[in-house]
Amino acid sequence: MAKKRIVSTTINGDAVEFLCEPRQTLLEILRDVLEMTGTKEGCGNGNCGSCTVLMNGKPVTSCLVLGVEAEGVELRTIEGVARGSELDEVQQAFLEGAALQCGICTPGFIMQTEALLACNPTPTEEEIRFHLAGNLCRCTGYDKIVRAVQCAAERRAGACHK
Amino acid sequence: MSTVEKPSYKVIGTRPIRHDGVDKVTGRAKYGADIRLTGMLWAAMLRSPHAHAKITRLDTSKAKALPGVRAVVTSKDFPDQGDRLVELGEGSVNMKHLAANVLAHDKVLYHGHAIAAVAADSIHIAQQAVELIEIEYEVLPPVQDALSAMKPESPVLNTDVRTKGYVAGGPGSADQPTNVASRIYFEQGDIKKGFADAAVVVEREFHTATVHQGYIEPHNATVLWNADGKVTVWMSTQGTFTARQQTAELLRIPVSDVKVVPMEIGGGFGGKISVYLPPVAAMLSKLSGRPVQLVMDRAAVLLATGPTPGSYIRVKVGTDKSGRIIAADAYLAYEAGAYPGSPIGPGCMCIFSCYDIPNARVEGYDVCVNKPRTNAYRAPGSTNAAFAMETVLDEIAKQLKLDPAEIRLLNAAKEGTRRVDGPKYSRIGMAETVEAIRDSAHYQSPLPGPNRGRGIATGFWFNVGLKSSVTATLNLDGKVSLLEGSTDIGGTRTSIAMQFAETLGIPCEDVHPSVVDTDSIGYTDVTGGSRTTFSTGIAAVNAANDIKQQLIERAAIHWQTTPDKVQYIDGGVTCSDGQRLTFKELAAELHELGGPVIGQGTSGKEAQGGAFGTHCVDVEVDPETGKVQILRYTAAQDCGTAIHPSYVEGQIQGGAVQGIGWALNEEFWYDPKGLLRNATFLDYRMPTCYDVPMIDAIIVEVPDPSHPYGVRGVGEVPICPPPAAIANAIANAVGVQMTTLPMSPPKIMAELLKQKK
Amino acid sequence: MRDFDYVAPTSLQQAVELLAKPAGQARPLAGGTDLIDHVRNGRLSPDVLVDIKKIPELNLLEAGPNGLRLGAAVNCATIAAHQAVQAQYTALVDSCQIIGGVQIQSRASVGGNMCNSGPAADSTPSVIALGGRCVITGAQGTREVAAEDFCTGPGKNVLKPGELLVELRFPAPAPHTGSHYRRFIPRNEMDIAVVGIGVSVTLDDTLKIITAARIALGAVGPTPILATAAAQALIGQPATDETYQKAVPLAREVATPINDMRGTKDYRIHLVGVLLVRSLQAAVARAKGECPNYKPGH
Ligand SMILES: Cc1cc2nc3c(=O)[nH]c(=O)nc-3n(C[C@H](O)[C@H](O)[C@H](O)COP(=O)(O)OP(=O)(O)OC[C@H]3O[C@@H](n4cnc5c(N)ncnc54)[C@H](O)[C@@H]3O)c2cc1C
Ligand code: FES
Ligand code: FES
Repeated sequence: MAKKRIVSTTINGDAVEFLCEPRQTLLEILRDVLEMTGTKEGCGNGNCGSCTVLMNGKPVTSCLVLGVEAEGVELRTIEGVARGSELDEVQQAFLEGAALQCGICTPGFIMQTEALLACNPTPTEEEIRFHLAGNLCRCTGYDKIVRAVQCAAERRAGACHK
Repeated sequence: MSTVEKPSYKVIGTRPIRHDGVDKVTGRAKYGADIRLTGMLWAAMLRSPHAHAKITRLDTSKAKALPGVRAVVTSKDFPDQGDRLVELGEGSVNMKHLAANVLAHDKVLYHGHAIAAVAADSIHIAQQAVELIEIEYEVLPPVQDALSAMKPESPVLNTDVRTKGYVAGGPGSADQPTNVASRIYFEQGDIKKGFADAAVVVEREFHTATVHQGYIEPHNATVLWNADGKVTVWMSTQGTFTARQQTAELLRIPVSDVKVVPMEIGGGFGGKISVYLPPVAAMLSKLSGRPVQLVMDRAAVLLATGPTPGSYIRVKVGTDKSGRIIAADAYLAYEAGAYPGSPIGPGCMCIFSCYDIPNARVEGYDVCVNKPRTNAYRAPGSTNAAFAMETVLDEIAKQLKLDPAEIRLLNAAKEGTRRVDGPKYSRIGMAETVEAIRDSAHYQSPLPGPNRGRGIATGFWFNVGLKSSVTATLNLDGKVSLLEGSTDIGGTRTSIAMQFAETLGIPCEDVHPSVVDTDSIGYTDVTGGSRTTFSTGIAAVNAANDIKQQLIERAAIHWQTTPDKVQYIDGGVTCSDGQRLTFKELAAELHELGGPVIGQGTSGKEAQGGAFGTHCVDVEVDPETGKVQILRYTAAQDCGTAIHPSYVEGQIQGGAVQGIGWALNEEFWYDPKGLLRNATFLDYRMPTCYDVPMIDAIIVEVPDPSHPYGVRGVGEVPICPPPAAIANAIANAVGVQMTTLPMSPPKIMAELLKQKK
Repeated sequence: MRDFDYVAPTSLQQAVELLAKPAGQARPLAGGTDLIDHVRNGRLSPDVLVDIKKIPELNLLEAGPNGLRLGAAVNCATIAAHQAVQAQYTALVDSCQIIGGVQIQSRASVGGNMCNSGPAADSTPSVIALGGRCVITGAQGTREVAAEDFCTGPGKNVLKPGELLVELRFPAPAPHTGSHYRRFIPRNEMDIAVVGIGVSVTLDDTLKIITAARIALGAVGPTPILATAAAQALIGQPATDETYQKAVPLAREVATPINDMRGTKDYRIHLVGVLLVRSLQAAVARAKGECPNYKPGH
């Protein structure tokens, strides 16, 4: 077996070190080694977006990233979205807008929305739909998800009082 | 919109935040694959690379010898099931077939059929060990569609299957092995005469592809078989009690030795009722003495779980000059998959269920083919049937120059209408959903532009009642802990808590619902059949009423009077002398007034009234590629009483989009060898959010008299109309009437090119 | 997943040394969006993955008067956001915005897309249409091949064991040049091209007559195809639909698609014509400085 490595990385602002086989994906490291199970696995090959995390601010499907590639990067996962016990606008909008049913896709959608709003704070419906196309949800039909993203954007702009 | 004056509810009809919501937006909620136990092993499975084959050799010794491997199992490690049928909540199941589906015996019947499993120190070792299992096959020819499999010369999958309901001269056999597992037949009136009298008759043949539920969370089970013989299963399931029973029966151990702990579940749609993994993980745990986690990968989910049947349907409908249906005839053959059990029964019952038809006949067949054993998927069997019936009806409307809404209203089933299969409807809202669409802004708006068309269609689902249990503990602070056995897939903790709160006149936020394991609550049937808000809701109402009764007695003690002098009104108790205590005030006194109060409620006798939905869709067809874009979508559905309107809308929207996927692009793609070539989410094309518009949901409320608040289940109906509505819209856009699903671009293009010739 | 080792060299020299192993044993890892899945599902079983993302030459992205230099490991998101690429190599932006979803684009590289050599790869037709050249380095030194000669079959290309695609070089487009890539997929996103077409068109100063054109077809043969005759038929002709229609049969002629689950042969040949006209319309609009009517997936 290939030798395990010590990987030093930053997760949700904290310096983290973990021991990793080269073949372990970042998703596996998060879930099985670091026991951060908020990031979900829906397909294991990049097609569902449930495993989305931000790597140096960019959204990636962590099932297609190797754990060893996390050396020296900054990661943000669903566990790091809330500010302490206060939900952030995206979480709040999903919660209030009933934008989840089973909820398995929710962490991925929230991370992808964070990525969208960071680079485009006022997306159109069309832009939202295009940007979220890499995340599958089988329960909601996307209607309330898209509305929640709109609402989160408005809230960040200080306009949505719903 | 509501058809009757609604009582003024305080909680019902509001939109509180769901109780499990914060956990689900923070990643804290624990789904089946999220559990981590001390000493836990990881497991992987060997699956068949062939669609149909005899296993001639199976040797696991090399796998067992790999360092890090702790246990290997094959079907030989499981008790023999003999020839027995067991009642499993939603109908009786042949245990031999169920067992062989969990781990193949001497034959594999579909690509991906599970054969063996390994538990090891890491998932990678387990996977490596699976590759070391030595196996040889004698490959047999596969048969993959119902009509071919019904032919006498076709290869036969199961030597023990005979045709249930066989009639001489029909397909199948009463005494020979056959793929035709059962025949269904209903008739009412005189169809010969009906068709003879008809002014317009349309007959069409339809083919629909196998599709998958497509839940995002793969199946999983984590099992500990303890040294005391007790088995604990942590899993994502739609029904803990049926999972417990199936697991116990497959292991042939007493049901009470198995405890199923429900984890959060990442979607089911009917596909997480049948058990695949728990018995296997249990046996691996028994052999290794360690807890074992077994999680499917996406390919396994698509290869070996789910799907809903592909089908062949022929429908013939005759109407008089005014458009009144006077005769209807249908023939349906549904693919059961490897073992008997397609939803042919519901398919046959649903095909004419939306209409009042005096003369009708339905004949249906359940046919085994070399595909995974089919499972329920949202209104199982009904969508295929609606696609056929609702497009034929539109063709008739066109011939008679009738508005599609009007022909549906003209024939709508209503209270007292007898379905072909026998039962008479109680109060239903079929016509109301058509009216809601007819009167909607969408239907009333013009649709300008070339290659655009609008279509509507209606769908039906029975909705089941079945059994549920709820217990509620009143806390001294006036809040209630509510325990239920219904796993929560889309907000039912809240819809049940709301009914409980309404009954007691307390705020929904004061009710704390928990979904608990099979040792902690009474028997509860699956979250399925659109039953949870209805039936577990009734159990919750009963539990609340039980608490009310007890509070009346406690208040009587407090006021030193008799219970008949005390009434429970408006969130508190009132004495005939005018004294009053609120729920909270009384709760604070409980320990002085005789001790804890626990309410209990069950349900089981109530039968739901059935529900209907009518959808309207605008499409644009690219005339050069055959690709369909959904421009606008509105769905109206009778939900009796909407407890939590957001989650009712959510069910409608989600079901509609699943139906859009089924209509346009989803299909299992098998090669000539019978191998599934698109077992990924890349090539099994479910809609993304860039494929669909907003889905407008119109909630129609025709209260169901069998529920205290008039609830009708909402989960299943919304998947029925979309394929037909879209086919009708395509026909109106470009003039081609599609009769196959999916209506994918190449198929539409082929029709367009034919039309040009 | 099968066991393998991982190294992340920081110089081209180191990478070439690490890759100098018998065929298949060492594999370059760019974004991993093909490679990691292929290792996971057993299609590939390398002993070592050589992460090439830390090598400066492979991260180059530079546009100037002499053209565009694109390091093989640069990811699609970075390419699509690059202003000069947006202005002058638009087909590349079209490709980079539709490979996978946004998450995939954060990782997937055009180099990886080309080296994976799938017949339906979405960037290769653009690279060919834009006249891209592949700079390849190995133990034997550096060589260059035209993009249209890079792929040799499904999953196959001219790279010899141990060789690395380092960079793609594009000539600076002539004035009044517009390019476009579009594909047909059943969904609107997250799908593999049933047919994909990349075109580049140059107009004369009147913006009416086509003076140069390149057309590349994807998913209709074992490799992406440079449709020379179809492009030739446009030259000297007015930029009108009638002209584009003349190129259609010539493009269809060189297409040799197969039947598979993503489309039938006949359907693909039909689509070649439809997409060719649409992509020429869009490229010409861009050449004229107009914004074409294009929405990915539609
Ligand atoms: C969900 C999903 C959706 C996708 N959608 C699309 C799509 O729409 N269109 C499309 O075309 N593709 C698609 N792909 C495939 C893939 O993303 C692309 O092919 C991508 O461009 C590959 O780039 P990469 O950097 O990830 O390559 P890698 O996976 O790192 O490498 C691919 C192959 O090329 C080799 N390689 C990489 N770089 C070099 C180099 N510089 N020199 C020599 N060899 C090299 C690797 O060893 C490997 O064999 C999709 C993939 C996923 C997972
Ligand atoms: S699990 Fe990574 S994209 Fe589906
Ligand atoms: S809420 Fe279930 S998959 Fe999105």
